[in-house]
Amino acid sequence: MTSGALPQCSDWAIETYSLRKAFGDRIAVADLSLTVGYGEVFGFLGPNGAGKTTAVKMLVGLIRPTAGTGRVLGRPLGDHSARRQIGYLPELFRFHDWLTGEELLDLHGKLYGLSRAERRRRIPEVLELVGLAEAARRRIRTYSKGMQQRIGIAQALLGSPRLVILDEPTSALDPLGRRDVRDLIRRLRADGVTVFLNSHLLSEVEAICDRIAIVNRGRVIALGPMSSLLAGDLAVEFRLGALPDGTLHALERLIQVDAVQHGERPVLIARAADEAAVAHAVDLLVRAGVPVYGVIPERRSLEDLFVQLVSDEQAESG
Amino acid sequence: MKAAIIAQLTFREGLRKKLVLGVILLSLIFAVLYVWGFHLFVQDWRAMEAQRQSRGATTILPYEVFASAMVLLGLWTVNFLAGVMTIFAAVGTIASEIEQGTLHAIIPKPIHRWEIVLGKWLGYAGMLAIYIGVMVAIVTMTARFIGDYRPPNILQAYGLILLVAFMLLSLTMLGSTLFSTVANGVIVFMLYGLAITGGLVEQIGTALDNDILVRIGVIVSILVPSDSMWRLASYLVQPRIAVNFLGPNPFGTTVPPSSLAVWYSIGYTVVLLLLAMARFQRRDL
Repeated sequence: MTSGALPQCSDWAIETYSLRKAFGDRIAVADLSLTVGYGEVFGFLGPNGAGKTTAVKMLVGLIRPTAGTGRVLGRPLGDHSARRQIGYLPELFRFHDWLTGEELLDLHGKLYGLSRAERRRRIPEVLELVGLAEAARRRIRTYSKGMQQRIGIAQALLGSPRLVILDEPTSALDPLGRRDVRDLIRRLRADGVTVFLNSHLLSEVEAICDRIAIVNRGRVIALGPMSSLLAGDLAVEFRLGALPDGTLHALERLIQVDAVQHGERPVLIARAADEAAVAHAVDLLVRAGVPVYGVIPERRSLEDLFVQLVSDEQAESG
Repeated sequence: MKAAIIAQLTFREGLRKKLVLGVILLSLIFAVLYVWGFHLFVQDWRAMEAQRQSRGATTILPYEVFASAMVLLGLWTVNFLAGVMTIFAAVGTIASEIEQGTLHAIIPKPIHRWEIVLGKWLGYAGMLAIYIGVMVAIVTMTARFIGDYRPPNILQAYGLILLVAFMLLSLTMLGSTLFSTVANGVIVFMLYGLAITGGLVEQIGTALDNDILVRIGVIVSILVPSDSMWRLASYLVQPRIAVNFLGPNPFGTTVPPSSLAVWYSIGYTVVLLLLAMARFQRRDL
């Protein structure tokens, strides 16, 4: 389901082929194949227990796959040379809470191999970026949950990575904090950074991701650009005046009418192949002298798609 | 090397955690009691000696046998406390950090997992070297300035007590890569207790000239050579006359372990640390 011509391996920031992870009898990830392009903001979705976090942990080398292969920034999974360029926020972020925010970042800066000068320059920068400049010298133990998540994001961005993997980065944040993170991700995209976002919050993913994968039971059940996954038929609601049967039949040749609520002001629920078809339908109605009070396109939301795909799968296997 | 970063972190963590504060407090209490006890012993000795001389009786045993026994008790306590502290400090070093998730942000960084294990080992080893050094110094200084007694081979004894702590550190860290914090604590303390009991059994065997008891002690000291290294330290730190006078006893020995046993203990410490590294390398988090 990749778009365009088959690319070279190195064109992908992340690529996995039939990744599998079993913990004894329990299969956490059954068969995960996906690709994430450089510079993309990639959304990784799935219901609870779909194996998302296990998949992410395989990408960053916390867990070894039982089978399958993958590459991150062109290097095999867990490879050392790629790590300098990867920023990662774990799902269950817990840091050494006896350190201050600044000390924690200094530690992680050293782990990234940043020189003293680089750390001195970069640490205030990322603290500013996540809005923790004021709390830099406080112990992390005194941070709120949201602040801990922010320091986690700061730690992930410290090494100016090419790839940022965020596992539920906004789970502890309030709506304002979430917006900050969204803005931050947009800024990363503007800088050409690839962002792999594992999130429950569909609206958040919908707002910022270029491409998404939906996983269920450890498999990818949908993968592609957000726009094409959400495309498909365009649902439109027509609010009309009196509608003669002849006009309705003529209309049905242009668009697919799913339901008609008759009455003084009939309401038509229809699906059109594209926006041009909707325009033609309006044109036809106006010519036929039918008053058009409203034409309301109903964009399919990511939530609709998600619920549909996941429940279809559940129904098939059930 | 990145292990140095982790070593430094471990060291600082130890300093900031309450555990170490508690240990320092307990050790201070020990120091005060020890200084006081030594002082009382010297007083008593002098009183007895004065009495004896007034009766015109000769000294049966020289002063140094008793002073040495006081030093031996002090060092035994230091050795025991150091062992307990090692196990307590390192029992959850890998396991509880996995349980809490503090390692999850560290491992994906450009650092090898074995460097994390080695770094932690070095951090704790540094702390223990300082702690044991200070405690041995307290015992030695007390003997010297209050008891006017200088135990022989005190540096070797320090090195051997350090070796005991290091081998327990390797053992505890290996356990920490294999088991949960609680399970590891139980297992390592049982092994440590077994080593001490094994040492006692061996002493009883020596006293009774019972080969089987001695053999049991030897087998246990192969499993966990902590007690045998302590006994070597105790043998070295006493004057010969004191060793002969005390005979086989709970705190010392008349049959010191060979240099082979020392090399075995060093090898044991290194191999267990390497096993911990290898095990952690493959562990899923």
